[in-house]
Amino acid sequence: MENGSPSPRADAFPAGLRVLVVDDDPTWLKILEKMLKKCSYEVTTCCLARVALDMLRERKDRFDIVISDVNMPDMDGFKLLEQVGLEMDLPVIMMSVDGETSRVMRGVQHGACDYLLKPVRMKELRNIWQHVFRRKKHEVKDFESHESSEDAHTVRSGVDETDDGHLLIAIDTNSTRKRKVTENEEHDEQDLNDHASVKKTRVVWSVDLHQKFVNAVNQIGFDKVGPKKILDLMNVPGLTRENVASHLQKYRLYLSRLQKQNEPNSTFCGIKHSELNSKDPPSKFPLQSSITMHPNNKTNSFGYSENKSFVQDVGVEIPEDDFKSIASFLPGTEVKTSLSGEAPDISEVKNISQVGKVMIQNPEFMPFPQTWSSEVSSSQDKNYTLVGEGYSNMQMPSLPYNNQIDHQQRGSPSNDARTYNIDLGKIDQSTKPTYTEYGSGQVRNISLKAANLDSLSFQFEPAFISGGLQGIKDDVNCRHGLGVGDSYQDFTLKNGLLLATPHEDLQLYSLHGNGYFESVGINNTEFLDYCGSTSFMELPNDVYDELRLSFDYPFEIVEYPLVDEGLFIV
Amino acid sequence: MASPLHRQVANMRKALFDQGFLDEQFVQLEELQDDVNPNFVEEVVTLFYKDSARTMLNIEAALEQRPLDFGKLDACMHTFKGSCSSIGARRMKSECSQFREFCGERNSEGCLKTYQLVKKEHETLRKKLGNYFQMSRQAGPIETACRPK
Repeated sequence: MENGSPSPRADAFPAGLRVLVVDDDPTWLKILEKMLKKCSYEVTTCCLARVALDMLRERKDRFDIVISDVNMPDMDGFKLLEQVGLEMDLPVIMMSVDGETSRVMRGVQHGACDYLLKPVRMKELRNIWQHVFRRKKHEVKDFESHESSEDAHTVRSGVDETDDGHLLIAIDTNSTRKRKVTENEEHDEQDLNDHASVKKTRVVWSVDLHQKFVNAVNQIGFDKVGPKKILDLMNVPGLTRENVASHLQKYRLYLSRLQKQNEPNSTFCGIKHSELNSKDPPSKFPLQSSITMHPNNKTNSFGYSENKSFVQDVGVEIPEDDFKSIASFLPGTEVKTSLSGEAPDISEVKNISQVGKVMIQNPEFMPFPQTWSSEVSSSQDKNYTLVGEGYSNMQMPSLPYNNQIDHQQRGSPSNDARTYNIDLGKIDQSTKPTYTEYGSGQVRNISLKAANLDSLSFQFEPAFISGGLQGIKDDVNCRHGLGVGDSYQDFTLKNGLLLATPHEDLQLYSLHGNGYFESVGINNTEFLDYCGSTSFMELPNDVYDELRLSFDYPFEIVEYPLVDEGLFIV
Repeated sequence: MASPLHRQVANMRKALFDQGFLDEQFVQLEELQDDVNPNFVEEVVTLFYKDSARTMLNIEAALEQRPLDFGKLDACMHTFKGSCSSIGARRMKSECSQFREFCGERNSEGCLKTYQLVKKEHETLRKKLGNYFQMSRQAGPIETACRPK
């Protein structure tokens, strides 16, 4: 399905990089052409933005990167930037003689990967291949063909880019894309780079048309937006609901990309890139992520209490320090969890699953509250979050608290780091209510109580999920939050990961899903600037219980505007 | 060794920099000149003068309007400034900036006055560069001049 002309850069990269230069100033065009050629790039020049857009539309894969002037008479450079971002996901470099911060900011906000000031220097142009490379690098890891991958992409790129930074992540899985997962299993990632959705799009979204679209979206509001409503509002003859739906999807992608670009260096929540798939264990778990938090304060309590559990089979194995549970979730069914493990105390535990709430009660921590809440709604008509093979391997942050483990298993006295591995084992989609026989015991209620655990990490290693994981409701509130939250879609991971004190080391949290999440979107991402927010301290802990980290999350001090739940509506 | 003519050319060039007519962008253009485009600098400058004449007409037309449309003037001058930056026309560029400042202040008189300065710089540089290129051509490439025929 290779759909591009073979690019000549196979070996010589970045030589042969195909650059489209758009500038209304012929002098600059000539100079830039010369400069780029000196860089061994393949240059195409264009003095009209509209013509450039047409060229780009004609063959999306004809160029690797676009360099555009900001001020052009026929079309604002920002508009061009927006259109390109919307339609083809090419890196765009803006340039202008004007270095006003506001303008540069505008360019960056519109998705420009760089903003050069005229006179542009040779050395700057020599380096532009990095933008192409960066994008390709990300593309290889996920498929670009649908939202989920894009969103997963977001997550992953966050993982890639923020080695030290902290990032909040929210993942939203939308049920409408269930179907695609199956498709994805059959193709490899490269294939998926080709937009399956492109075929549908026959309508050319001109600037005006897009403007109407944006106006409609704004009018309706992101929360409530839907193709039908937009279509009605736009009132354009000939436009179909499908056209709008497709465009809306792109628009969301575009916004999420913007967000991704704008936030990679955020320093609040740390996602540390753990080893990616390459190091996967023999089993095929495409997703592996781990979060480790090192608490410096051991006086906190980490409560792990059941909430609603929909988990059916949870096998927990606890080899020495590992707590491994294999869980399969069936929609709307009761959770029967079994723990099989070497831990002496493990017997019957029920309702392990649903990870109730983790609250940190130590007021000292309050200034740096983090929330971890996860929910997977169990309703049948919602999506399966995890479909296909191995979806996510999530290691949640090790919480360094005084953990309370009611759960017998914390047999090991040592206070050292422990690892909890929860394997989401096979999840059968069938509605058979009982799927239980996994473990030896039934887990009812697990709460962890341990003193001085230095690190605690959860690992989800879903091996086989052929069906739907429908009911996990996690509501964990703790200072270090990693949230899996379901707002109103299906499966939402919301993380309020907060940068903790310097002592606390949030080491790893990565989700990589190889796109197996149906739709993994950044959902209601919140950056909490906890530092200096003393108000937290005054809040009763109970408050946290109620938080689902959805929209009404009251603590968000800084809200990340771009993508919110509303964008991922069915 | 460079001929007297070459030295004269070099002096002219140096004067253009010393007097602030040109900046390092001009040097960059010179560096871009190669066997493929042996007259690259001159070509670019010629192109600039051709294109800037058009831009200046736009500005003059906008200056005719009453009241002045400062937004439009600013946009035009922004374009013009961008062009100036392409050949490293430093003095012209700073006049353009001045002009735009007056636009921001909605200072009609300042705009009109500054535009005349811009125009003057435009013309001055054209003459100077014209002479410089002509002299360069006469002197010929240094290597060729030194090589025995």
